[in-house]
Amino acid sequence: MKKPIVKMEVVESTSKNKNSKSRRRFIKMSGLAIAGSGVLLACDTDDVFDPGGETPVPEPEPEPEPDPDPEEPTAFDLGSGDVGILNYALALEQLEAAFYTAVREGDYYAGASDEEQQVIDDLYNHEVIHRDFLRAAILEAVGGDESQVLPELEFNLDSVDLSSRDSVLQTAMALEDTGVGAYNGAGDRLESATYLTIAGKIVSVEARHASAIRSLLNPDSADFAGDDIIDENGLDIEYDPAEVFEIAGPFIETEFTANELPEPNTGS
Amino acid sequence: MSIIKLLDEFTSEKLVTKSTSRREMFGTLGSFGKKAALAAIPFGMAAGSKANAAAMFQDNGGPISSLNLALTLEYLEAAFYRRALDSGVLEGGSREETVFMQLFKHEDQHVNFLVENLGDDAVESPEFDFTAGGAFDPFNENGIGQMDAMAQMLALAQAFEDTGVRAYKGQAANLMGTPFLEPALRIHSVEARHASEIRRIRGLKGWIVRDQRGEGMPEATQPVYNGEENVIQGGVDVSSISSGLVGNATDAATEAFDEILTGDEAVAIASLFIVSND
Repeated sequence: MKKPIVKMEVVESTSKNKNSKSRRRFIKMSGLAIAGSGVLLACDTDDVFDPGGETPVPEPEPEPEPDPDPEEPTAFDLGSGDVGILNYALALEQLEAAFYTAVREGDYYAGASDEEQQVIDDLYNHEVIHRDFLRAAILEAVGGDESQVLPELEFNLDSVDLSSRDSVLQTAMALEDTGVGAYNGAGDRLESATYLTIAGKIVSVEARHASAIRSLLNPDSADFAGDDIIDENGLDIEYDPAEVFEIAGPFIETEFTANELPEPNTGS
Repeated sequence: MSIIKLLDEFTSEKLVTKSTSRREMFGTLGSFGKKAALAAIPFGMAAGSKANAAAMFQDNGGPISSLNLALTLEYLEAAFYRRALDSGVLEGGSREETVFMQLFKHEDQHVNFLVENLGDDAVESPEFDFTAGGAFDPFNENGIGQMDAMAQMLALAQAFEDTGVRAYKGQAANLMGTPFLEPALRIHSVEARHASEIRRIRGLKGWIVRDQRGEGMPEATQPVYNGEENVIQGGVDVSSISSGLVGNATDAATEAFDEILTGDEAVAIASLFIVSND
C-alpha cells in the first residue's frame, strides 16, 4: 500500500476566473513537476472553461504518462462528475481526520489548556464524521461499488512537530483554510443540488474551525477572517483542485490521480 | 406580522406566472419602496412549505430573488455593525471592537458587491429597528447601561451571523449554473468565520450544538437554531457512522453539519428588525 512519493504534474488549468490570483498562480504552475506529492493531477481537456480572456495562454497538451512498469497496479482515480468531487473532498477529510488523530496522541495536546483540548477534540470528531459520511455517500452514489471509493490513504505528517503548539495550530490553520477554499472552489463543479447543499453544510463548519484556530493563534485580532484570506469584496478563498493538491500533496503518500474532475459550471 | 401579508401578495399566481418577466416583477416590487427588499425573497418560499429546498428552488426561485434576500441580510448586518461601532458601547481597542470593525468591513463589502452585481435588480435597504420594537437596547439608546447593551449587541451579532450562514446555504442550490454560486459560497464561509468568532467571544463553541442557541441568547433568537439538531445527511445517520468519537456522538454529529434556513425562515428572523410601514 505504501508507495514512494512521486511527482505531481499539473497539466491543465481549471480555473474559472481569468483575473483571479488563482488563475495566475495556476498558469505559473502549469507544466511544472513538483516533487513531494502523491497526487498526479490532470484535468479533462475536452471542456475547459474559457472565459474569453484577451491573453490566451497556450495550454500544454497533457501527455499520456508512459507506464514505466506495467506490473505496477494502476493508481486510483478520483473519478468524474459528482463522484469525482466527493472523492476529492474525501481525500481532504481523510487528511484532516488523520492529522487530528495524530495531534491527539502528541505532546502539545497532552499539555494543552482545557479550551484548546476541547477545540482539538471537536475538530477531530467533525473531520472523522465528515470522512465517514463522504465515504458512505460515495458508496451509495456508485451503487456499492467499493472500487470507485477513494481507498484509505497513507499520510506523512513528519513535517509537523506534534509537541509544538505553534506547529500544530499553524498546520491546522493551513488545513482548515484549504478545506474552505477547496469546497468553495468545488461547489460549482457539482451537478446535484443535494450534494451542493451538503457540501455547504460541511464547508461552513470548516470555516468555523478555521476561524477558531486562527483565533487561538492570535486572539485579539481580526485574523479569524483576516485580510490574508478575505479579499476586497469580502469573499473568502477558493481553490482549484490543482492548488489544493499543491498544499495538501506533501502530506499525501498514497498515489492517486485526478484525471477526470469536472469543470465549473457557471452558466456562461 | 405585516411582512407575511406582504409576502402573500407576492405569491399570487399573477406574479409567478411564467409570462411575467423578472423585470416586470421587480418593477412591481419597486413601487412598494422600502418594503420591496422584504418582498424579494424567493417567491416559492413564501408559501411556507417545508418541502425540500433544493427541489423548490428549481421550480420557483430565481437567482435574482436569492441574491436580493442575501442583500437584505447584508444590509441588516452592515447597518447593525455600523451603529454598534458608533454607539460608544464597545471599548476602544478591545477585542470586541477589533472584531466588529472587521465584521462591518466585510458586510459593507458584501453589500457593495451584491449591489454592483445586481445592478438595477438590487433592492433598496429597508429601515431597521435593532431594538425589535423595544425588546432590546443594544446601542444603549434607552438607558439599559453599557454592560447589558454590550451583552445584547454580542447576542444579536451571533444571531445575525448564524442566520447568515444558514440563509446563504439555503439559497446555494438556487444559484447553480450561474456565475453567482461561487461568490455566494465565498460570502457564506466568511459569515461562518464571523459566527465562530462571535460565539467564541461569548464563551460558546464556534459551532452549533444540536439546536441550542447557547447561554445568554434571548429566546426570540431560537428560530435561528431550530433544525440544527438534524443528524440525517443525505439519508445517512451521521450520529452512528463513526467509531472512536470523543464525547457525545449526537452532539458531534450536529456540530459537524450546519443546516439551511429556507428563504421564508430567514425573512421571518430578519423581519423582527425591519420597520414596515403599513
